[in-house]
Amino acid sequence: MNRVIAKEYLSPYVAQIIIHAPLIARKRQAGHFVIIKIGEKGERIPLTIAKADADKGTITLIVQKVGLTSHKVASLNAGDEIDVVGPLGNATHIEKVGTVLCAGGGVGIAPLLPIVEAMKKAGNKIISILAAKSKDLLILENEIRSHSDELIIMTDDGSFGQKGLITAGMEEILKAQKIDLCVTIGPTIMMKYASLLTKKYNVPTIASLNTIMVDGTGMCGACRVTVGGQVKFACVDGPEFNAHEVDFDELLMRLGGYKNEESQRYQKELEKTR
Amino acid sequence: MVEQNDNSHRGLREEAWRKELKKSIPARERTAIDRVKMTEEDAALRIKGHMEVNKGITAEMAMQEARRCLDCPDPQCIKGCPVGVDIPTFIKYIEAGAFASAVASIKESNVFPSICGRVCPQEIQCEANCIYAKKLNKEPVAIGYLERFVADYEYMASRVTPPETAPSNHTRIAIIGSGPAGLAAAGDLVKHGYEVTVFEALHEFGGVLRYGIPEFRLPKYIIDREIKNLQKMGVKFERNIIVGKTVTFSDLEDEGFRAFFVGSGAGLPNFMNIPGENLNGVLSSNEYLTRVNLMGADKPDHDTPVYFGKNVAVIGGGNTAMDSVRTAKRLGADRAMIIYRRSFDEMPARQEEIRHALEEGIEFLNLHNPVEYISNGNGHVSRIKVQRMMLSEPDASGRKKPVPVEDSEYFIDADLVIVSVGVSPNPLVPRSMPGLHVSPSGTILVNAGEMNSNIEGVFAGGDIVRGGATVILAMGDGRRAAQGIHEYLQKKAKSVE
Ligand SMILES: Cc1cc2nc3c(=O)[nH]c(=O)nc-3n(C[C@H](O)[C@H](O)[C@H](O)COP(=O)(O)OP(=O)(O)OC[C@H]3O[C@@H](n4cnc5c(N)ncnc54)[C@H](O)[C@@H]3O)c2cc1C
Ligand code: FES
Repeated sequence: MNRVIAKEYLSPYVAQIIIHAPLIARKRQAGHFVIIKIGEKGERIPLTIAKADADKGTITLIVQKVGLTSHKVASLNAGDEIDVVGPLGNATHIEKVGTVLCAGGGVGIAPLLPIVEAMKKAGNKIISILAAKSKDLLILENEIRSHSDELIIMTDDGSFGQKGLITAGMEEILKAQKIDLCVTIGPTIMMKYASLLTKKYNVPTIASLNTIMVDGTGMCGACRVTVGGQVKFACVDGPEFNAHEVDFDELLMRLGGYKNEESQRYQKELEKTR
Repeated sequence: MVEQNDNSHRGLREEAWRKELKKSIPARERTAIDRVKMTEEDAALRIKGHMEVNKGITAEMAMQEARRCLDCPDPQCIKGCPVGVDIPTFIKYIEAGAFASAVASIKESNVFPSICGRVCPQEIQCEANCIYAKKLNKEPVAIGYLERFVADYEYMASRVTPPETAPSNHTRIAIIGSGPAGLAAAGDLVKHGYEVTVFEALHEFGGVLRYGIPEFRLPKYIIDREIKNLQKMGVKFERNIIVGKTVTFSDLEDEGFRAFFVGSGAGLPNFMNIPGENLNGVLSSNEYLTRVNLMGADKPDHDTPVYFGKNVAVIGGGNTAMDSVRTAKRLGADRAMIIYRRSFDEMPARQEEIRHALEEGIEFLNLHNPVEYISNGNGHVSRIKVQRMMLSEPDASGRKKPVPVEDSEYFIDADLVIVSVGVSPNPLVPRSMPGLHVSPSGTILVNAGEMNSNIEGVFAGGDIVRGGATVILAMGDGRRAAQGIHEYLQKKAKSVE
């Protein structure tokens, strides 16, 4: 059992929680995730580790309230208990390749942060492009900025940065300069279009997939994705894959799998907390 | 306590009480007794919940059944037992009413009789070798029921006293995985005085016993009490720790662990790679059973979702398939069916499970194989295209191969499909241990006697060594490895002196 040290809202729907988890903090690398569970009757869900502090023995998770368990995570406060297991998945392959375009959308900016940081440290030039529905939903702008050579911000409603979808901003960059690698993390639909775009420009692209998971150790297959025509388990084979080979349509379909079952339970929880 | 050594059944057979007992009833009278019937929960009632199907037998029933055993001079049943339980001795103790001695004698070779009495495939092990089945053409002595009876009796009579443990020798041993292999190894090592810590990746202990085998076959309280017992003996349990990820082997070495037992199981579910297998509503039995057994997804106050299928098809014919299909029935399926490419004769599931499934209204589409899953248009499975199969003439190995019947395809409605076609070894530990020798299929290679791998101080057993096998084999491996570790550490200590 681990303890929450601090909680803070980054936006009305996005909470950042810091958890005491010294073993994980020591082992964690960019790209790793954890599985968390709240309470005896809780569900196991994966969350990427946004930051870790090995000296303090803490990890930081950033979660958007989208369903029952993310709602419960966001409602935790300092001192509360949470089960955390990890670090899971394969770490991002960090290498000096030249110029890296880091495209993050929504709460996907959180898992992007450690990758931006590590890619910068490896000596790459970093162009980051962040997208959110509106200004108040944009997270970690300053953190990303501090590790980037260039930062572009896109909002759907134009309340901050440029108005438009992330792909519009990406295309401008792809047209203007040579990009050696693109890393994209965000809503699956965004990653799908980002990937189609970079494919057009022949830029190798990595996407970090957010599948449904149960155990996170390869035991159940709930996290199946098709990559390059082959079935992979995102938890042990991923979560990062060659974006150009990912069957995003199948992934989108699978993400909707438990929607009915889940929303009934979520509604009940919302009624309870009201 | 009865002290036994390997050939002890010979010595024990010569004891006066046992000779008396044998003489007290003529063999003809013994063989005239009918095999005891297990009391079972009524099928119509039991599918409404998760209550254990087998309710157990009474002391009178057990003693009567024990009388059937002829106490053969050359007992074959023992040879059928993967861990060599001295079966006639424990049965004769039951006949004599000495239940505590009966349990004690089982525990010499099988540390979890209340589990094995419930889940061992006795019909192909001990009971298959019983003289009643082999020579007398009668139903074998109900060895499994008797084992379960005395093990439960021990608990009910609150007679369980944790076995004596040697004083601590301050040598730390790490057990990776809390399935039957790991638990058995932990129990033996702690008795020798080692400081044993069991590391488990999940948030609860027991491995497949916890997340796989359902409550109606193996109630969770039985696993809980075995784990509590080990805790009382001094075994430490750490959950949510993935060895190789959260901590590495070298971290553990730095922390003073001197030997390792890897019992990480065969957790990776196989799929068939047929079209539509990634549709929603098509999942592995591991996922389905984990959601229900570990996560409580069928209960409305638990957060994990699960599909409550109305037409449920389970692909496969093993224990896992039976557990899944019977679980689906309990979760309200109107139609719950097995789709299996061979026939009843080849089905690997325990016989009792197949019988219970039939009683519960499970349909068997034997000699059938799925070839494609069809979507309802929204990404959820709605139909299965199946193909009829037939069995070929036995090949050189004597196995009949299932071959498709041409033009025999047709469709079956299904809104939930559970794929139960075997498991592969969990690659997490092998991947995190460079240099560890594994087979092409991913099992850890060990020396069969001591269960040591090619890396010094690292032992392994259970499904990670055998692929998907059985509880009793896993347990036997754990115990052999414990002995191997003990000898290894003693030798090492001597060489240092
Ligand atoms: C549904 C089902 C029904 C079955 N029915 C029967 C039956 O009736 N009779 C029978 O004899 N057998 C049955 N079996 C088979 C039997 O359960 C297995 O053979 C047995 O459990 C194997 O034991 P084990 O200890 O090797 O591994 P497991 O029971 O698989 O336990 C391994 C444990 O190790 C943990 N682990 C894995 N990697 C790590 C790591 N890196 N760090 C920490 N922990 C880790 C896993 O989470 C797991 O808890 C059944 C199996 C299933 C799935
Ligand atoms: S989450 Fe269960 S196998 Fe990946």
